[in-house]
Amino acid sequence: MRYIAVAIAIIAGLIVLIGYFVPALAGVQGILLNWAIILAGVAALVGVFNLISVHGDKIRRREKGNIYSAILLISLFASFIFGIALGPDNPNMRLLVSAVIVPVEATLMALLSVTLLYASVRLLRRRTDLMSVIFLLTAVFMLITSAILPFFGVSPLTDLILKIRQALPLGGARGILIGVALGTLTTSLRVIFGADRPYGGK
Amino acid sequence: MNLIGLGLIGFSAILLLALSLIKRKSPPKWRVIPALMRLSRAVDLSVEDGTRLFVSLGRASLLTSRGAAPLAGLGLLRHIAERTSLSDRPPVAVGGEASLALLAQDTLQAGYQSMGAGDLYQPVSGRLSGMTPFSAAAGAMPIIRDENVSASILVGDFGVEAALLADVAERQNAFLLGASTDIASQAALFASAQEPLIGEELFAASAYLDSGTSHSASLTVQDVLRWLIILALLAGVVLKIAGLI
Repeated sequence: MRYIAVAIAIIAGLIVLIGYFVPALAGVQGILLNWAIILAGVAALVGVFNLISVHGDKIRRREKGNIYSAILLISLFASFIFGIALGPDNPNMRLLVSAVIVPVEATLMALLSVTLLYASVRLLRRRTDLMSVIFLLTAVFMLITSAILPFFGVSPLTDLILKIRQALPLGGARGILIGVALGTLTTSLRVIFGADRPYGGK
Repeated sequence: MNLIGLGLIGFSAILLLALSLIKRKSPPKWRVIPALMRLSRAVDLSVEDGTRLFVSLGRASLLTSRGAAPLAGLGLLRHIAERTSLSDRPPVAVGGEASLALLAQDTLQAGYQSMGAGDLYQPVSGRLSGMTPFSAAAGAMPIIRDENVSASILVGDFGVEAALLADVAERQNAFLLGASTDIASQAALFASAQEPLIGEELFAASAYLDSGTSHSASLTVQDVLRWLIILALLAGVVLKIAGLI
């Protein structure tokens, strides 16, 4: 059974990969990708059951913070019932969702800005090395130039600062992304060849 | 352009297969990545003192081009599951995407079974923490805070919300290793995580924990490709200066 699963995964992976370069396989590739999308949809449903199971377990065992698990499950079932009754496109349903999710996520984003500021202040205490100093100096440079540049007109100095602000991050980001792309390539090849099997098996 | 892509993938595949099949006389030597050394120690310590490991695989769908990072995370999770299978507290793995949570369950179970401890596996060890980036972070934060976690490992595709998890880990005095493929998230983790990994270091984590031949070959292929890209960039600079392109 294990070998059959590995064989199916390898064949499907190779067909999808080659389909990007050989037009004759594009049709089969499309079918496989559609199946994958359907499976991902089913996985979302199973994931919701996992969420119910984990938080139901917390409530049953009366673990710390189980009140939040209860609120989550009540909200989940209420959303489900209202969603079925009113339909996801109903204006009231949309309002209900956006009135909860948008403010909560915006609050977390605001908290994040404070968290990052606090983390930056503590960075040198946690890790005193050259890279940390460069990181902090760059962050300060970016913040200061973002704040003051709009008040200056076009001049050779502002042009130079703008060029530095664009060139350095772009060069660094491209270097990191090339490394990530190479890692992505070799990881994907390992999965396609069955050396890594994230779909289980001994 | 398609032919260059096909050629690059073909060359990498042949090199990976060849290097995986060649038996090396001496163990491979890689540069030291202190974060991964400390991770190995943190995993062993968690087994010794009966605390829990927390692994988050991020929120990328495997159907997108960002799917390789959680795949690398699943490889790391497999090693961790094998090394901690006899621990009093099993590791908890979460995903911000449903298919990742299911794969995390499967990977943990496979890790336990391969060590002959399949009956110790608990299905709730693999969890869906949320369906949006911030809800996934909010769902993972109580696990780090309340479930006696001594080491947290964030390996996958995160956004800047990863800094919230790093903050909770720091408040709990827990070890935290943060690795993401997203540039903004790497900056956030560099500032907030105890042990950040930058760029392709994320994909080297499995090889550093368990140097199997395919992992070693994978790192060698990355190095070869990196040198080829450096040479191509230098050739481009020379040709540009010479006015040939």
